[in-house]
Amino acid sequence: MSHIIKTDDLRYAYPAAEEGQLAIPVLKGVDLAIERGEFVAVLGHNGSGKSTLAGCFNAIRLPTGGVCYVDMMDTRDEKNTYEVRKTVSMVFQNPDNQLVATVVEEDVAFALENMGVPPAEIRRRVDDALKAVGMYEYRAQAPHRLSGGQKQRVAIAGVIAMMPRCVVLDEPTAMLDPQGRREVMAVVRELNRRFGITVILITHHMDEAVQADRVIVMHQGNVLMDGPPRTIFAQVDELRAASLTVPQTIEILDALDRQDGAALPIDALTVDECADILETYLR
Amino acid sequence: MAPILQARGLTYVYGAGTPFERTALDHVDLQIEKGEILGVIGHTGSGKSTLIQHFNGLLKPTAGEILLDGRPIWDDKGKCARETRFRVGLVFQYPEYQLFEETIAQDIAFGPHNMGLPQDEIDARVRASMAAVGLDPALADQSPFALSGGQKRRVAIAGILAMQPDVLVLDEPTAGLDPAGRDEILTLIRRYHDQSGATVLIVSHSMEDIAGLADRLLVMDHAHVLFCDAPRAVFAHADEIIAAGLDIPQITKVMRELRSRGYEVDTSVFTIEQALEALRACKRKGGAR
Repeated sequence: MSHIIKTDDLRYAYPAAEEGQLAIPVLKGVDLAIERGEFVAVLGHNGSGKSTLAGCFNAIRLPTGGVCYVDMMDTRDEKNTYEVRKTVSMVFQNPDNQLVATVVEEDVAFALENMGVPPAEIRRRVDDALKAVGMYEYRAQAPHRLSGGQKQRVAIAGVIAMMPRCVVLDEPTAMLDPQGRREVMAVVRELNRRFGITVILITHHMDEAVQADRVIVMHQGNVLMDGPPRTIFAQVDELRAASLTVPQTIEILDALDRQDGAALPIDALTVDECADILETYLR
Repeated sequence: MAPILQARGLTYVYGAGTPFERTALDHVDLQIEKGEILGVIGHTGSGKSTLIQHFNGLLKPTAGEILLDGRPIWDDKGKCARETRFRVGLVFQYPEYQLFEETIAQDIAFGPHNMGLPQDEIDARVRASMAAVGLDPALADQSPFALSGGQKRRVAIAGILAMQPDVLVLDEPTAGLDPAGRDEILTLIRRYHDQSGATVLIVSHSMEDIAGLADRLLVMDHAHVLFCDAPRAVFAHADEIIAAGLDIPQITKVMRELRSRGYEVDTSVFTIEQALEALRACKRKGGAR
């Protein structure tokens, strides 16, 4: 089966700020293939290139070297731009920057109107999308009266209504409180499991990344690690070297292992798994 | 020790008399001790931002009063004492969006300039604040808009530090930063606190971050104070914290799970170091009860 996203020696450099300075390379030859229906988390410190990479996936940024294919379309070809953006939708960090209308349902309908979808179908798709994110009862409200988590769910509804094959979320919970984060992550998982949409989640939160099928760690413009969360998070030293942290469930087991020679498995991704392993330590 | 800030019966109502009337703070009583680090947590809309905007007189109480060093900050004529703004420095959420001057040094000098300080004092404070937040002195004459997001945030924080406030209030200073950036900002705040002896209030959604930094935690819920106590005492009320739309550190959850399986472990821990001690203590006693 073909990949939904494939990059081949993908490079991107931001143009120099002033004449005579060098361009700033951010992506330095990324080779990556993402399967249809995958749920992928992308980690990396600020400046590691993860947001630039995401921008390449829907042709906001065009490669300055190498190629990025979206559903086999070369993003550099202008004829593909419209289809690329229909295939890959983006959700950004700040909900206030991406809601445009004064009523929730009009906001969700915005892109559909631009796409020339017939009114009856718009109605149906907007209602379905708002129900999918649990915001249907708020459809007639003004977005500015919603909480951050609710706004973010409306933004995601706008994306679902377009029925993209892939959604890229760039730190969608960074500005939310714990309750809002839980709400948004529940919807993100639904997108993937119920609708089969490929999800690429860029995040700084390790507890969000453990929910993905696959974790990609970006470091200095390249893919440093790529694998299932259990394998990635057990590599504590490598993650710390890339300025990342590990979930506390792994940190405690790693500390026991190092300081007390407890010789325990350390790859606990959930509270229950961690408690299971600690039971063997305590016994 | 005398409290530096006090709230007495503090009530604030948004949009009074309109259909959108909402009580953001409802008879809040609170004492903040001189020199402490107070973590402030609460879900969106719990009243925490409304509360901190009262501390330097940005918002005027609908009822009740705020006392700074035992004196009300609002006088009988309804004016806020001017020095309040200088003594209580407020760093807003995403402060990097508030930079406006042509150079970094001018932006940081804005507060001290308004205080009417002599130029040589202003210069000295700008240099000291840049050093405090780890900004290269060579950047002083550059535009703040050429900096990265994390560096801009340092400039904004430096602008508040330059006023040398007795109370430093930060609203989610680590939001949107990566783990390394988060550690840097938290270290910087801790260092400023230790060196200046200032009182620090820090609003955060990250329980792990704030639990390791704060002497006490203030938990706001629906316009009321739910808890105000040492982190260990607060996290012992895990069920109420979660019901208030918040979270407890993951490691605290692990210890609670072990307890529910019959192990005598301390469930009030919230850092890895504390958890290690608790687990070793439990193992020494032979594990399960």
